[in-house]
Amino acid sequence: MASAITTLAADAPTLSAANTGFMLICSALVMLMTPGLAFFYGGMVRVKSSLNMLMMSFISLGIVTILWVLYGFSLAFGTDSGSLIGWNSDYVGLSGIGITELWDGYTIPVYVFAVFQLMFAVITPALISGALADRVKFSAWALFTALWVTVVYFPVAHWVWGAGGWLFELGVIDFAGGTAVHINAGAAALGVILVIGKRVGFKKDPMRPHSLPLVMLGAGLLWFGWFGFNAGSWLGNDDGVGAVMFVNTQVATAAAMLAWLAYEKLRHGSFTTLGAASGAVAGLVAITPAGGAVSPLGAIAVGAIAGLLCAMAVGLKYKFGFDDSLDVVGVHLVGGIAGSLLVGFFATGGVQSDVAGLFYGGGLEQLGKQAIGVFAVLAYSLVASALLAFLLDKTMGMRVTEDDEVSGIDQVEHAETAYDFSGAGGGSSSRSTAVPVPAAAASKKVDA
Amino acid sequence: MKLITAIVKPHKLDEIKEALQAFGVQGLTVTEASGYGRQRGHTEVYRGAEYTVDLVPKIRIEVLTDDADADDVIDVIVRAAATGKIGDGKVWSVPVDSVVRVRTRERGADAL
Repeated sequence: MASAITTLAADAPTLSAANTGFMLICSALVMLMTPGLAFFYGGMVRVKSSLNMLMMSFISLGIVTILWVLYGFSLAFGTDSGSLIGWNSDYVGLSGIGITELWDGYTIPVYVFAVFQLMFAVITPALISGALADRVKFSAWALFTALWVTVVYFPVAHWVWGAGGWLFELGVIDFAGGTAVHINAGAAALGVILVIGKRVGFKKDPMRPHSLPLVMLGAGLLWFGWFGFNAGSWLGNDDGVGAVMFVNTQVATAAAMLAWLAYEKLRHGSFTTLGAASGAVAGLVAITPAGGAVSPLGAIAVGAIAGLLCAMAVGLKYKFGFDDSLDVVGVHLVGGIAGSLLVGFFATGGVQSDVAGLFYGGGLEQLGKQAIGVFAVLAYSLVASALLAFLLDKTMGMRVTEDDEVSGIDQVEHAETAYDFSGAGGGSSSRSTAVPVPAAAASKKVDA
Repeated sequence: MKLITAIVKPHKLDEIKEALQAFGVQGLTVTEASGYGRQRGHTEVYRGAEYTVDLVPKIRIEVLTDDADADDVIDVIVRAAATGKIGDGKVWSVPVDSVVRVRTRERGADAL
């Protein structure tokens, strides 16, 4: 991004209606990824906890949106302080920003940049929730989300993308969030599950996905929204880089899906639906940091390698005994690391920046920088997230009781069930009246 | 009289029905069933994690016949139900004390 700022600054950028419209659409596409993720995760859990899984993603749209406007945008993209965090009081409550004020050297308003980045901040904590399926108090999760974005996401976004952030200054390439989003969320997931432990019945009870069609719907929405996530990350398309990113997103995802399916066929004998959906997401994750730096052929390689690695990695939880319920570590952490490091091999030096990777005559330098970015974010997020979870567990408690977990978290946390299985005419076993229950009585019922 | 019960693969139902009609059987009862035999269901794989599904879908067919026809009816069902693969099912017969046609109150062989 640095080189683009310099070239554009020479002829003082003016507001581009095309880029602004493009970025508003991209922001809306990224927003769609969070409900898409909710379906992707929601289909993978058992019926009795499917609503909770949907809600753990969906609540992020509420909490993070408000925090982002209040102080998150300022912390992530305000004026740098010590390379670690930003601050700009004009950004607090988005109160001091003119509607035609342009984002630093670009042709889009600050508001547009703020809302585009907001959608990234929304989906990142939602990604973590997949590791925590079936067992976390909703109130504890909501508070964790608020604390986590404040302590982990906003600072890390500043490190990676903020002018003056230490990883940005170091020259780490993270086009659209392999480090700030996927490694960050994957490492956080690992940190939290190491604190809260396994689901009741992990490795003993069957925990089959309750609806693979929902998983496919979610994966499809993610894939669709990801075009906004990736192609929008150039913040405009005056020079075609956004289009390269769009192409690379498509081909890497396709390659990863095929690689995952091929691995499954050889290893387990079937081409599974869940494998196709998971492979696609693994490819999307891996191309996120790399898509602006590689050619379409490089994107195929990145996707295929990531698809294969992630397919192999999802089995690790059984081997090591940590209950990463829906494979956030196996897909997002491993996929994010793969994509970030592969930049060091496949960067062509001709697209996003002039930095070339190992296979294009660039030597080991960029690979080293990528590795620093990967491990800095991984270590910080892992430790900080584990500490936050530990703190919440010791104070309000992170988990529902074993009884509630076994009978189903949806009923105890949300006073709802996902599907009405009663027969024609409303069923006889759970006869209900249409009379509204008084609020006090309703809350008593939930507590009971 | 005999009650013949067959537990077979669901997709074989039509063939069995046609074979029994051709043989001259007047009526039968079909219910959906689930269970397992020696093959113990099947395995499903989700991201490499294998789940054994014990109870697989089956069809239960019940036919009442004369003692004299019982063996032939069993043969007809077995021939129509066989695929040669595991899970084809089982057919058995048990003696029946009495049968009454509800509409006419006919008893025994007349009620079949």
